[in-house]
Parts: sequence; C-alpha cells; structure tokens
Amino acid sequence: MLFWKLISVSIRSQMQYRASFITLCLAHFLSTSVYILAIGVLFDRFHIVKGWTFYEVGLIYGIVHIGFGLADSFARGFERFSQMLIQGDFDRVLLQPINPLIQIAVHDIQLMRLSRSVQGGVVLAVSLSHFSFTLFSIHSLVIILSIIGTASFFYGLLVIQAAISFWTLESLEIMNITTYGGLQTGQYPMSFYDRPFRLIFTFLIPLACVAYYPIATLLHHESIPLWAAAIAPLSGIIFLYLACQLWHLGSRRYHSTGS
Amino acid sequence: MNGYLAILKIRMKSLFQYRAAALAAIMNQLFWGILMTMIFRAFFSSTSASHPISLSQSITFIWLSQALLQLLPWTIDKELESQVKNGNVAYELIRPLDLYTLWFVRSLAMRLVPTITRCLPIFLIAGWFFELQPPISWNAGVLFCLSVIFAFFLSSAITTLVIISLFWTISGEGIQRLLPHFSLLLSGMTIPLPLFPQWMQPFLNIQPFRGIMDIPCRIYTGIIPEADVWIYIGFQLAWIIGLVLFGQWLMKRATRRFVIQGG
Repeated sequence: MLFWKLISVSIRSQMQYRASFITLCLAHFLSTSVYILAIGVLFDRFHIVKGWTFYEVGLIYGIVHIGFGLADSFARGFERFSQMLIQGDFDRVLLQPINPLIQIAVHDIQLMRLSRSVQGGVVLAVSLSHFSFTLFSIHSLVIILSIIGTASFFYGLLVIQAAISFWTLESLEIMNITTYGGLQTGQYPMSFYDRPFRLIFTFLIPLACVAYYPIATLLHHESIPLWAAAIAPLSGIIFLYLACQLWHLGSRRYHSTGS
Repeated sequence: MNGYLAILKIRMKSLFQYRAAALAAIMNQLFWGILMTMIFRAFFSSTSASHPISLSQSITFIWLSQALLQLLPWTIDKELESQVKNGNVAYELIRPLDLYTLWFVRSLAMRLVPTITRCLPIFLIAGWFFELQPPISWNAGVLFCLSVIFAFFLSSAITTLVIISLFWTISGEGIQRLLPHFSLLLSGMTIPLPLFPQWMQPFLNIQPFRGIMDIPCRIYTGIIPEADVWIYIGFQLAWIIGLVLFGQWLMKRATRRFVIQGG
C-alpha cells in the first residue's frame, strides 16, 4: 500500500544518519523520563494519594505517554501546517492524487519521538508487574483499547490545531495548552482535579475517557460498569473523526495565495 | 562596554515585537499553574505528616516558577546556532568585540525580554486569584529580586556554554533536547527541590540549576532566613564566575582550532 511505502521511505531516509538518530532517541527517552521521575519523587514522599498508589498512576501515565508518542511521531506535518499554507506548499499537496490528510501525516515522520512511547511502555510494564492481571483477559483488552483511544485523541488535537490555520494564521501557541497541557493533565488520575476541570476533560475534550475511566474502573476506583469502561476509549476515535471533518471543512474554504 | 549595551538594547527591542506570542504564553502558564496547584493540593490532602515545605509554600513555588519560566536556560539563540553551523561566525570574529561577551549579552537579552513581558501579569493574576502569597517580608522581597537578577546571569552563562558546545557537536540536538527537561527538573520548577527525597538533597544542593529558581523561591518564602541569604547569593555568584571562566576558556580553545571552509 502507498501509505506503508511512504512510511518506509521516510524510515530509510532517517536511518542514513544512524549515529545522530540513536543519540536523538536516547536524548528523547531520557528527557521524557523526567516526568515519571517527578511523579516518583512525589509518591516517594506522599505514598498514597486519594487512594491511588504509584503503580496505579503508572498504568495511566504509561498509556498516556505511549499514545502521545504514537501521535507525536506523525505530527510534524501538522505542526508545520501553518507554514505550509503561508508558503503555498499546500497547493502541491492538493495536486497529488492522495488524500491530503495522509500526505501531511507521513510528510516528515519523526521516528525518534517514538522513544516517548518506549518510555511509557517501560513504565506501563513495570506498573503492570505489580498487578495480577492475566495476559488474555478483559484487562489487557481494555488497556489496548485505551492506548488506541489515547493515540487517536492526541492525534485529533493535532489535526484540529492544523485545521484552525485555515481560518487564522495568527500565532497558535495557545494550542500547546491542549497538546502538552493535555499530556500533563492526562498523566495524573482525573480524580485529583476539581469538578469543573474534570467535566471539561470528560465531555468537551474527552481526555478522561480514553485513559482515566477505563483504568480507574479496572482498579475499582470508579464505579462504572466494565463494558462502559471498555468502550469509553472509542470516544478518542470519534474525536479524531470529528477533527478530520473539521479539517475537510477548512480545506474546502482554502484559497491559494497564488504565485 | 557601550557596544555590548547597544547590542543588548537592540536585541531586546526586536524581541519585544512578539506580543501575541507573549499573550499565548501567559495563558499557557496560567493553565499550567492552576493544574499544578490542583495536583499539589491532591497530594497534600492525603497526608498528615509534616513535610519540608507546606502546601501554601508549594503553591507559591509553583506560581513563582510559572511567572519566571522564561528564565530557564532551555533554548538557545537560533541565529547564533545557525552562525556556528553555516560558518558565518567567522564574520563575528572580525568584529572588535569579544565573542564570548557578545554571545553572553545576546543570551541575556533572550532571557530578559520574555520574562519581563510575562512575569508581571502572571504575578498579578496569581496573586489576586490563585493563592500566590506575598513575600514573607519586605526585605525578603528585595533580596528575592536581587537573587533573580543573579539567576538571569547564571542562566545566560549556561546558555552561552551550550552554544559554545556546538563547535564540537555540530548539530548539538542531543544537548538541546535534554536541556529544557533537565533544567526544569533540576531548577525545581517541576517539583520544588525541598520535596525531593533526603538522599538526593546533597546533590541537588550543589548543582548550578538550583541557583536559577530554587534559591530565589526559598528566599521569597522565607525558607532561607534573611541572615543566611548572602551565603546563597554567594553560591549563585560562584557558579556564575565558574561557568563564565569555563566558557571563556572553551571559547578560546574553539576559536584556536577554527577552520573556515571556503569563502
């Protein structure tokens, strides 16, 4: 398939500078590990917080970082999208017979950013070893769904961020609140936060639905039926779908800058 | 001296142009501060034991770090980076100015402007609405400001050192990627340093990043008694002198082994 071909081209091109690639991966792994270190420092002092232990939080943290890392690796094209519009490069994208969204997604794949997912995976694995979940069970299914939901959710945020550029090219740094702010918010249990905040991140921005509610239900911190917890991460996929619709809506009103 | 002052002034003027970015950053930092406040309240709500700093002191630490976030040495001047990469640094060497001082001053401007534009609104909003406590006394407030000034110099000394390191690493992306996260952690912006485990304290107490945020915060909240403040400002000063001398030495070595390719 063309999609996989584009990905493999991009991977091969990055592997040309292998030493630099490995250094970057290591640096990214270390720098994203700082956040679990910070959580570890707090739990070392406070032990149990609102009924949550370090390893319970580790499950949520792991899922959120795996998901963010996956989305982040295919994010570069969307991060640069406003530049693309300004410089008129989007015209070229529109001329090619492939869905523009896919072209932008595979535009400049940052494999190095997957080291965040590896870091999250390590945290998730270590945390899981402290629970007696069996491999083939509803538990692992919920965790896998949760990772898919989280990745879709964060990807949706990136697509929205790019879509806004169709309407305004003003500085969009404010969107960092939703991406990196969402990451920071998502790595702690939602029950740590005040009610209005929790409601926003459940219904308006479904961050709580993709990782917190499923895991909190598995650990009996929330009294939601298990089936509901299992399908909650689907909201991440719906969110991504809606984000893509917004993007299409924007691309329809796109006028080339000419030249 | 006048030359460096002029460069400082020009850089600051051009950096002041980015007002929309400043507004976005202020919103961002307010969000971050509110979020961290909730997280710390959750942690402190589950404990009755006594801790090195109280909840209200922690919240003050959080808001001070949000207000002074741009003080961190987490980015380097992109223009200087490309100068080193594309060799234009050779032109800089022709100027009758000391290259180290020039870079130091540019780094200083890069830290000063975003901090000045962002800190005051955050101070006011956090003070009125979000539990940022006033300094423990008038004296502590004045000493805090003094300590922040030294923090600017310390931060610029670290930034300059990172730029100089580009002479050896070319892309330098490894260091540049690690720098923001580790300076956030080691300066005490992510978690106030007093809350770290006891066994880490001896290391945390001597590393330079502490002088950027942790020491000003401790002076502000009165964790460092007024009589001892000078020891800590001396600590900042010692690191500034050490890093500047080290940077100048590195710069000398780098410029000696310069090879300008082509022209």
